[in-house]
Amino acid sequence: MKPPPFDYHAPATLDEAVRLRTELGPEASILAGGQSLIPLLNLRFARPSALIDLRRVRELVYVRAGQDGVAVGAMTSQRELERSVDAARLCPLLREAQRCVAHPVIRNRGTVGGTIAHADPAAELPAALRVLAGHVTVRGPRGERRIDADELFQFHFTTSLEPDEILTEVFFPALRPDAGSAYLELSRRHGDYPLAGAAAIAAGDHVRLCFAALGPTPVLVESDDPADWDAAIEPAGDIHASAGYRRELAAVLGGRALALARERATGGAA
Amino acid sequence: MTGAAGRVIGRSVARNEDERLLRGRGMYVDDVRAPDALHVAFLRSPVAHARIRVLDVSAARAHPGVTAVWTHADLGEHAEPLPLLFPHEHLPHPKTQQPLAVDEVDFVGQPIAMVIAENRYTAEDAVELIELDLEDLPAVVDYEAAVDQGPLVHADLPTNVAADGTWTVGDPDRAFAEAEIVVRHRFVCERSSSMPMEPRAVLARLDPGTGSLTVWDTTQCVLPVRSALVAKLGLPEDLLHVIAPDVGGGFGLKGYLLYPEELLVPLAALRLRAAVRWNEDRREHFLASNHQRGQAHTIELAATRDGVITGLRDDFVQDQGAFIAYGLITPWIAASHVAGSYRIPNVSVRYRCVYTNKVSVSPMRGVGRPQSSFALERAVDLLAHELGLDRAELRRRNLVQPEDFPYAREGLFFAGYPVVLDSGDYPKALELALDAIGYDGFAAEQALERERGRYLGLGLACYVEGTGEGPYEGARVYVQPTSGKVQVTTGLTTQGQSHATTFAQIAADVLGLEPDQVQIEEGNTAAFGFGAGTFGSRAIVNCANAISLAALEVRDKALRYAANMLEAAAEDLEVGGGMIHVRGVPERSVSLREIAIAVNPIRYTTLDPSTAGVERFAPARTWSGFERGDGPLLEGSAFWAPSSTTWSNGVHAAIVEVDPGTGDVRYLRYVVVHDCGVMVNPAIVNGQIHGGVAQGVANSFFERMVYDETGQHRNASFLDFLMPYATEVPSIEIHHLETPSPLNPLGIKGAGEGGSISPPAVTAAAIEDALAPFGVHVDEAPLDPQRVRALIAAAPGGAA
Amino acid sequence: MKHAVTLTVNGERVEREVEPRLLLSDFLRHELGLTGTHVGCEHGVCGCCTILVDGAAARSCLMLAVQADGVELRTIEGLAEGEELHPVQAAFREAHGLQCGFCTPGFVLAITAFLEESETVDLSDGAIREAIAGNLCRCTGYQNIVEAVRIAARAMGKASA
Repeated sequence: MKPPPFDYHAPATLDEAVRLRTELGPEASILAGGQSLIPLLNLRFARPSALIDLRRVRELVYVRAGQDGVAVGAMTSQRELERSVDAARLCPLLREAQRCVAHPVIRNRGTVGGTIAHADPAAELPAALRVLAGHVTVRGPRGERRIDADELFQFHFTTSLEPDEILTEVFFPALRPDAGSAYLELSRRHGDYPLAGAAAIAAGDHVRLCFAALGPTPVLVESDDPADWDAAIEPAGDIHASAGYRRELAAVLGGRALALARERATGGAA
Repeated sequence: MTGAAGRVIGRSVARNEDERLLRGRGMYVDDVRAPDALHVAFLRSPVAHARIRVLDVSAARAHPGVTAVWTHADLGEHAEPLPLLFPHEHLPHPKTQQPLAVDEVDFVGQPIAMVIAENRYTAEDAVELIELDLEDLPAVVDYEAAVDQGPLVHADLPTNVAADGTWTVGDPDRAFAEAEIVVRHRFVCERSSSMPMEPRAVLARLDPGTGSLTVWDTTQCVLPVRSALVAKLGLPEDLLHVIAPDVGGGFGLKGYLLYPEELLVPLAALRLRAAVRWNEDRREHFLASNHQRGQAHTIELAATRDGVITGLRDDFVQDQGAFIAYGLITPWIAASHVAGSYRIPNVSVRYRCVYTNKVSVSPMRGVGRPQSSFALERAVDLLAHELGLDRAELRRRNLVQPEDFPYAREGLFFAGYPVVLDSGDYPKALELALDAIGYDGFAAEQALERERGRYLGLGLACYVEGTGEGPYEGARVYVQPTSGKVQVTTGLTTQGQSHATTFAQIAADVLGLEPDQVQIEEGNTAAFGFGAGTFGSRAIVNCANAISLAALEVRDKALRYAANMLEAAAEDLEVGGGMIHVRGVPERSVSLREIAIAVNPIRYTTLDPSTAGVERFAPARTWSGFERGDGPLLEGSAFWAPSSTTWSNGVHAAIVEVDPGTGDVRYLRYVVVHDCGVMVNPAIVNGQIHGGVAQGVANSFFERMVYDETGQHRNASFLDFLMPYATEVPSIEIHHLETPSPLNPLGIKGAGEGGSISPPAVTAAAIEDALAPFGVHVDEAPLDPQRVRALIAAAPGGAA
Repeated sequence: MKHAVTLTVNGERVEREVEPRLLLSDFLRHELGLTGTHVGCEHGVCGCCTILVDGAAARSCLMLAVQADGVELRTIEGLAEGEELHPVQAAFREAHGLQCGFCTPGFVLAITAFLEESETVDLSDGAIREAIAGNLCRCTGYQNIVEAVRIAARAMGKASA
C-alpha cells in the first residue's frame, strides 16, 4: 500500500499557504497531522495532485485561554490541547472527549484543526465543538471569516469552507459556571471511532446534546426528551452497527450523558 | 553419571532471542538486505466471482521502471493448479488454486497478474494500468445455503460440497434410541484469521555463479517449501535453499503449501536471474492469506436423567472458501475433538466442506477445536439446563477419569493416529478451576449485584488438545571443534515460540550447561535437511525429545572421552557446569571444549590455559585412527517419531459483566487451568496461554470477516477488523497441573493452541448466565454489543 | 520532483533527496537500513512502525519522509546506550513481554515516550492497558507487556506511590 504520486509544498507562512491553496485549486489537499489523510493516500483512496503541508506554519500552533473560552490554532496537536490545564478548566468536556480520540500516539500528530476540517461525523471533537456552540476561523483569498459550528458541518466529511479557504483557528466557548457537561461513547475497541457518542451540557432547565456517529454531521438537540433525540438523529447502518441499534444507543448514551452532566452541574464538579 | 536431572528443564529462564529483537536487530524477511532486488505487486481480483473477458497488461509493461508483467499465459509449465496435499476418499471434488487466475476469478484478492518493477511504488502504479474487464458471476457467500442450492463456485463440479465424511464411535443410533433425554441445537462460529503482525513476505535470489537459488520466506515449514520448490522448479536440493529467518508470528497461516506467491517470486528470480522480493501488505493479507474458523455445527447429546451423557451426534459444515489444498485437516481436527474431556461412548460426527467465493481456509491456531468445543460445551450447558442440574456437576459426572487412561475413542482420528487420550487428571483440573473462579460463592454475588443493577455471569468450559503429531522431527547437537560452543540445529522454524530458549534448555539439561550456552539454529534448509515444521503444537514434543536423545549421544561420547582423559571409569563421572568431573573430586575435570578439541587430530592447539586438559587425551599422542567408528567431533543426531499423540487438557472459567443498555461486555475475571505435561519453561508456557486466550477472546467478541452478498470483503483493514488491543483482553490467571505424558521420555505435551480453544464457549456461557433474567440463549461466536442487545430483545424476558 | 531533507536520526545527521510520496517508514528501512522499525499495516492502526519524532511517539507509516525535514528521530536502534539495554527493553526481557518480536520495537518506543513524558505513572492494570492501547500484539495477549511497563516504570523512578 503505497501512495500514488503527488507534488508537495510546505509553505512557511499562512499567507503563502493561502496563495498555494488558490493556485493549486481543489485537486490539492491540505496536510495537517496526516493521521486521517495519509491512510487514505496509502490505500490510494485519496489522489490529490499536491499536498500543502502546514507543518511549518508555526503561527497556527497555540492554545489561548481567555475568560470566554479557548482559542486553538488549527495546527495545534490534539495532545497539546489535551495537556492545557486552562482548556480542561474552561471546557472540561474537551479532555473527556479527547481521551476517546484514537490513542496518544495518534493524538501526538493529529491536529485540532485537522479533525474539525475532516468533519467525520463519528469524530469526537466536532461533536464537542458543536455542543459547546463553538466556531472556527478560516482564511481565504477574500480574507478571514468566522463560521459557527452549527453552520460548519454540512455532511459526511464536508464543511462549509470554500475550496480555497484554510481553517486557521477553532474556538471552544467556556462552560458556564452553573453548567455541567459529559461525554460518553460506545466504541468497539478503546480508541476506535464510536458506534455512537453523546456530549451533553446541562445548566438549570436548559440542556444541549450533541450526538456523534448518528447522522451525516454531529447532531445537536436542545431537549431532554429522548423522543426529540430520536427525531433529530439520522443514523446509518454499517458493518459495526445497524441504524436501529444506533437509535437504541442514542437513547441510552444520551440519557446517561445527560444524567452525568446534571449531576456535575449540581455537584459543581467537572 | 548424570547431572542434576531437571535442573534446567522447568526453569523460567529469560529468553536467548530477546536482546537481539529488543535492539531492533531482528532479521525478518523484509530486513534481509537486497538493495538490488526487484519488487513485486499483484493485480488481484476486485470481485468474488467473475469470468475474465479482457486482461491486457501492455500499458503496465510499458510503464517506466517495470521489468516484467506476467499473467497465467506467461507461466508456461507452471500454469497448473497448485498441489493438493492430502487427497482422501471423503474429498471427491478437490480444487486447488492456479498461481495466477485462468479465465475465471473465484474470490476477492485472487492474484491475476504479477508486476515486477524497480520498487513497490512503481509496481503498484503499473498494477493500476492493467486493463481488466470482468463478467460477473453469481457469488456463493452463505456456505450453509450452498450445500444444496444456488449457484456453483466451480461450474465443472456437480456440487459445492467438496468433501463429505462421517466418523463413528460405538453405536450412536442405539444410544439416541435409548436416551432418556436428548438436546439438540445449532451453533455457529464465524470466519476469522490468524492475523500475525508480520504479513507474509518472500525474497528470492539467484546466485549466477553457482546457479543456486536462495529463498527467504515467512513460512512455518522451510523443508516442505523446499521440497515443493525442488519439485516445481527442477533444481536439486543442494541448489535450492529456503530460509525462514525471524518470522513475525504465524499461528498456522504461514504453514500453508504453497501460496501462489511462494512459487511465483522464486520463479521470477530464476527466470530474471535477479533478486526479487514481495512484501504482502496488510490489505493483501486480509484478502489473500488464508482464513479459518467458519463452521456451523448441529449437535445432539443423548443422556440419562441423572446426567450421564451416552451419545453425541454432530453434523457440521465448514466454510471452505474457493479452494481446498489442505484437504480435510481442519474438519478432521474439529471432529477428533468433538467429545472433548468427556466419556461419551457413542459418537457420530459428519463433516462437510463447502466451497464459497472467499479466500480458502487452512489451519489457524486451534484448528477446528474452538468450533467443536463451542458446540460441545454449549450443548453440555444446554443439557444441564434441561436436566435442572448444575453445569459443573454435569461435567463432573462425565469427565474421563484418571484411571481411564489410555482412553481410546475408536473410530476418531487425530493427525492420522487413532484418538487415544494418553494422560491427565481432568476432575482435578475442573475442581481447581471452580475453586479459582469462586464457583460456589458466585450465585450469591451475582444475585447481590443484580439487585444493584449489574449483570454478572460466569462461564465454564473444559477442553482437550491433541498435540505432538509426527511423523517426526530431528536434531543435531554438536560441540564446535575449537570454540567449544554447543550448537543445535533442527529442521523447524520459529515464529515466536521461543525455541532458542526452550530447546537450549533441553540440551543444556543433558550436557550440564546453562541455556544461554547453547545456540539453536533453525529455519535454514542448508543446516538441517529433514523435518516438517512448526505447527499443530508439535514442535516441542517432537524436537525436544530428538534434541534430548542427540544430546545424550553427545554426553555419552563426552563421558567416554573424558574417562580417557581423566583416567577414570565413565561410570564415576558427572556432568555439570560445562565440565565433566570425577564424582566427589570436582578438581579432576575436563571441559566439553577440551574434549571437543582433543578428539580432533587436526585441532588448532592453543596456549589458553583453560584448554590445557586437551593434552591428556590418549589418542592425541599416539594417533591410530578413530575408535568405534567415532569421527573427529563431539556430536549426536537423533530423530523422534511419536507412537501416538499427546493430549493436553484444561478448564477455562470467566466472569463477565454485561451492560444490558448498550449490550457491551467486559471481562472481570479469566481463569485458566492448564495441563501440558512437563513444562520446559513455565513463563513461556504462560505466554503461549496468554496469547491463545487473547485470540480466543477475539473470536468471542471482536473478530469476524464480514462479506456482503456479492462476496465483497467489507472489513479488510485493521480499522474495521477488530483485533483487540490491551484494553479489550482480560488479565488471565493461570493454574498449572503437570501430568507427564507416558508417550515420550521427557513427558512433554504441546502447549501452543490450548489457550485459544475455550474462550468462545466460556464467553458465550458467561453472557448467557449474566442475562439469565431475560432468558437469553447464546449460540454463536463472536457476539458483539448489537447482537447482545438483539438477544435481549428477542428473549422471553427481553422487553427491558 | 525530489525534495532535499536534512534530519537527525539517532543522533546522526542525515541528508537525502526523497520523492514526496516516500513514507517515512520506508525511508528509515530502505534508505537508512534501520530495519528495526517494522511495517505492519500502513494505515496507522497496528503501531509496529512507531518511532519518536522530536521525542513524541508517532507512526512512521503515517508520515512522509519529506515531513521529517528538520526533525530529530529516534528509532529502536538508537534507544539503548551501548551495552546496556534501556530500562524498557530490559523490562520486556525480564517479563517475557515479547514472543515473535515483530511488534516489539513499536511497543518499546511508545512505552518509552509514555514513561518519559509522565511524571508518575499509575501502575494499575487498567491505567497501563489504556496507555499501551494503540499498539497491536498477536502473540502475548499483552499481559506480560503490562508487567514490563510496571517493571520499567519502577526502574525509571516513575511509579506512583
